Amino acid sequence: MKTVIVVGNGMVGYKFCEKFIAKVKSKNYKLIVFGEEPRPAYDRVHLSEFFENQDAKALEMAPAEWYAENGIDLMVGERVADINRKYKKITTASNQEYRYDYLVLATGSSAFVPPIKGVEKEGVFVYRTIEDLEGMLAYAAELKIRNPKAKAAILGGGLLGLEAGKAVMDMGLEPHVVEFAPKLMPRQLDARSSQVLQLKLESIGLHIHLSKATNQILGDKAITGMEFGEDDVLDVEMLIISAGIRPRDELGKSSGLEMGVRGGIVVNNKMQTSDESIYAIGEIALYHQMIYGLVAPGYEMATVAVDQILENSETVMVDEVDMSTKLKLIGVDVASFGEPFMPASKGHSIIFENKTQYLYKRINVSLDGKKLLGGILVGDATDYHMLHQIYLNGMPVPEDPSQLILPTSEGGASFGSVMDLPDTAVVCSCEAVTKGQLCCAVKDDGYETMKDIAKATKATTGCGGCKPMVTDLINETLKSLGKVVKERICEHFEYSRQELYDIVKMKHIQDYDELLDTHGNGNGCEICKPVAASIFASIFNETANKQDTIQDSNDRFLANIQRNGTYSVVPRVAGGEISPKQMIAMGRIAQKYDLYTKITGGQRIDMFGAKLHELPFIWEELIAEGFETGQAYGKSLRTVKSCVGSTWCRYGMDESVSFAIAIENRYKGIRSPHKFKGGVSGCIRECAEARGKDFGFIAVEGGWNIYICGNGGANPKHAVLLAEKVDNETAIKYVDRFLMYYIQTAQPLMRTATWLEKLEGGIDYVKNVVINDCLGIADQLDKEMQFLVDTYKCEWKEAVENPEIRAKYTHFVNSEEEDENIEFVSLRDQKMPTPWV
Amino acid sequence: MIDSILKEYNTTALEEVTVWFKAAEISKFPKNGGACVKYKEKQIAVFNFTRQGKWYACQNLCPHKLEMVLSRGMIGEDVGIPKIACPLHKNTFSLETGENLNGTLPAIATYPIKVEDDFVYIGFSE
Ligand code: SRM
Ligand SMILES: Cc1cc2nc3c(=O)[nH]c(=O)nc-3n(C[C@H](O)[C@H](O)[C@H](O)COP(=O)(O)OP(=O)(O)OC[C@H]3O[C@@H](n4cnc5c(N)ncnc54)[C@H](O)[C@@H]3O)c2cc1C
Ligand code: SF4
Ligand code: FES
Repeated sequence: MKTVIVVGNGMVGYKFCEKFIAKVKSKNYKLIVFGEEPRPAYDRVHLSEFFENQDAKALEMAPAEWYAENGIDLMVGERVADINRKYKKITTASNQEYRYDYLVLATGSSAFVPPIKGVEKEGVFVYRTIEDLEGMLAYAAELKIRNPKAKAAILGGGLLGLEAGKAVMDMGLEPHVVEFAPKLMPRQLDARSSQVLQLKLESIGLHIHLSKATNQILGDKAITGMEFGEDDVLDVEMLIISAGIRPRDELGKSSGLEMGVRGGIVVNNKMQTSDESIYAIGEIALYHQMIYGLVAPGYEMATVAVDQILENSETVMVDEVDMSTKLKLIGVDVASFGEPFMPASKGHSIIFENKTQYLYKRINVSLDGKKLLGGILVGDATDYHMLHQIYLNGMPVPEDPSQLILPTSEGGASFGSVMDLPDTAVVCSCEAVTKGQLCCAVKDDGYETMKDIAKATKATTGCGGCKPMVTDLINETLKSLGKVVKERICEHFEYSRQELYDIVKMKHIQDYDELLDTHGNGNGCEICKPVAASIFASIFNETANKQDTIQDSNDRFLANIQRNGTYSVVPRVAGGEISPKQMIAMGRIAQKYDLYTKITGGQRIDMFGAKLHELPFIWEELIAEGFETGQAYGKSLRTVKSCVGSTWCRYGMDESVSFAIAIENRYKGIRSPHKFKGGVSGCIRECAEARGKDFGFIAVEGGWNIYICGNGGANPKHAVLLAEKVDNETAIKYVDRFLMYYIQTAQPLMRTATWLEKLEGGIDYVKNVVINDCLGIADQLDKEMQFLVDTYKCEWKEAVENPEIRAKYTHFVNSEEEDENIEFVSLRDQKMPTPWV
Repeated sequence: MIDSILKEYNTTALEEVTVWFKAAEISKFPKNGGACVKYKEKQIAVFNFTRQGKWYACQNLCPHKLEMVLSRGMIGEDVGIPKIACPLHKNTFSLETGENLNGTLPAIATYPIKVEDDFVYIGFSE
């Protein structure tokens, strides 16, 4: 039995283990792994997610038991201190000795800390390990108590620095990025794209300082500022250094392996160091004079080393390592691939820039216009995967290469289909899975779902960036096999939402259990239950009180659940019009129950922090004052925003408030696939932002213009014109039909904007259905909508008046006591939940 | 402090039960849904999985953000495993083993449960 020792249990060290045990020949070897960090390898690439949940386990590559189960001896918290090459043994920091036949160095890198005066001060951090992040979180929390407006700086405006900038912002500190070079991400971006990125980042609140050399860090014990020039000082109380990496090559140095001038252990294309029983992989390995600070090349090195050690095979490292990258997490797309900068002598660049939208796209094509050599995308990197594949596989580009990056509306066409890729194209670079392997998994092995394919091929299990492409590949391959790619709701129903909607309507099924028994299987789940609830409500207008345990969390208790398990109360204020008397009543009630109040983005008032048992009492009082529920919890109409319109405004063309109130009262309570919102503006100045809503009206000379399918939210979309200059009655008729048609045909949780995007025929088709009645269903749509309007009930009134429904509003079933875990802290004369740690 | 709450909840096997706590009448628990029971300092979520004719009990505390909310979540089934989805972020846990089904959160504690004479009893070892 031979022994392989791996030094370093980071991402690449772990990958080595995984690839190693997958080989049959590994049975003849003992594998021993040493890791200096206190825990088994974790996903450093997604380290920033730790800020969200502080859940170290969620980042684990594999739990400690995995190593034991696979016969690997893992020793964490144990640094290897010395290598004795002559006797082939290592010594650990705790003075234990182990013999090896093969030694694999996977010691990675540490953050580079430039020798600036004062870097040792309190409040200066690096960004590399979970412990670093824990330190930052604790420090930032204390800082914020002392000074809620504290600033923090990041030294370095590269890939990692920007990610750290976002983290600082999320910690609630004012973020400042300090970069030595005159531009951001100097290694990946050209000057123009860097400027576009800078504008975008500034717009989301990052402060950026370029061309700044830091002379010293100020402060007594703890950092209070950074000094650049004589009078050039930035006051910050925390600093994260992200100025590059340095390979952890101590062991290479002390044991006399061949080293690079600036560090790193030299390896050949077999990943062998100058000692043929010692291999080096990952961020420690100097290959072709380079350290590759990315995980994909490290994984490839691990594969090569495993094959070399176990099988002496031909597998060697590729000559040209792909350094393409996509920035994640910071709320703006940035990607660069191949050769992002290219001298004019080698090819032509095509550049599309639109600073108003923070968009920049550049591609570099060969002089003959046939090959893609590289490129940069800022602001919108949806095409990254396809472009990257075209580049990697040397696929031909269209005659007019600008088609590759022009927005489709400007004559560009999204290029090619995933099926055009050659079989050898590596789709998942973390796990090196090719298109051929993925298609095989579908065609030959019969896998059909993402979950199964991920399990079988490991594709998408690394960084996850390839998910959209893998999904397309699976769907396209299934289609090519003549299989219908079915949109099914979940494992319990073989139907799409639309099919289920039709079934419920035709067979008049009104009960979830009955639906599941007759058309589904198993016992249901949190996906199909709310879908069924929404369908029952859209067809029969039953309120969420009737089958309360199939409703989504918020609907079940007719209130939005908050961070600490309390709820919010939002009465309807149609069109945003509210009388002084109503305001006083609301104020009185909010004060009585000690609720936090805030004006919402939807022109009404939200009262937060009500305990479960208080809800019926609060609503009882509100109802007595003439209020009704605002359905802020439902996938239903939220608000119809209005501007003041011709009633008061000197420009107004029509009474937008009156119309908004009429519309809001018409559609209130109607359940749909997702929430929907309206807006009514009195003129084209658009103070009600009607074109940012699911439906909107703008008064013009001669009537209303109707716009549909806009929204703000995660993917803002301007609404598109449905009809022009129509009167009130026609406007309502068209919107009735549009909404009803959307309700019947959209997928679960699909907003109107996405629905329109996926609808074949687009807006012209909607016009045809709604205005020209091309499907002959207009009458029926009208009737169905009128039924919903006529049968509206305030579900909170129903709840407070019915003792049986009311009984569920109690924290314990066997005690009158309250939940003692709910805690509040004070905030500007009001209160808020104690923050999550 | 809240971390220490997490330690209060430990899965109890049927054979370890020393006390059967008489919680409440079955009518207090919604069909195919849950409600919360107080036992000494503990909060226990009890689920009436009517479709399967089964009852389950687990800690009310969600290990994700340490809020006392699981009883208000939705029950369902994941390839045959009965589960509870937290009302806050929809993390799901097996009602049988407590295991987190959609991620790597710590498992929740589960407790034996029985119904006698229209009353629900939860088993504890302390
Ligand atoms: C209270 C409010 C924020 C505020 O303080 O102003 C708010 C609060 C919430 N929003 Fe919102 N949104 C509020 C206006 C908006 C707006 C602005 C608007 O309506 O003009 C938007 C963008 C416009 C849009 O709808 O596209 C908005 C886009 C979202 C989204 C993203 C939807 C999307 O399609 O991308 C969500 C998530 C979702 O619905 O799935 C969301 C979800 C939520 C939820 C319900 C999250 C939840 O499930 O707990 C928040 C709970 C509030 C609570 O506890 O009561 N909220 N939310 C606003 C309530 C308006 C009202 O009176 O009802
Ligand atoms: C915040 C952040 C974001 C990143 N984002 C991306 C990204 O989006 N895409 C991308 O491709 N890459 C990204 N990276 C880089 C990526 O994480 C690294 O390329 C990868 O982790 C390198 O793996 P490794 O195993 O070589 O080194 P490491 O993961 O650093 O592991 C080396 C391990 O060896 C241990 N060790 C060192 N010396 C010894 C010793 N003598 N004895 C025992 N143990 C020792 C170390 O403690 C460490 O645990 C990111 C890095 C960070 C920090
Ligand atoms: S944007 Fe909406 S969902 Fe997000 S935190 Fe604010 S209120 Fe909550
Ligand atoms: S608190 Fe339960 S899932 Fe987040």
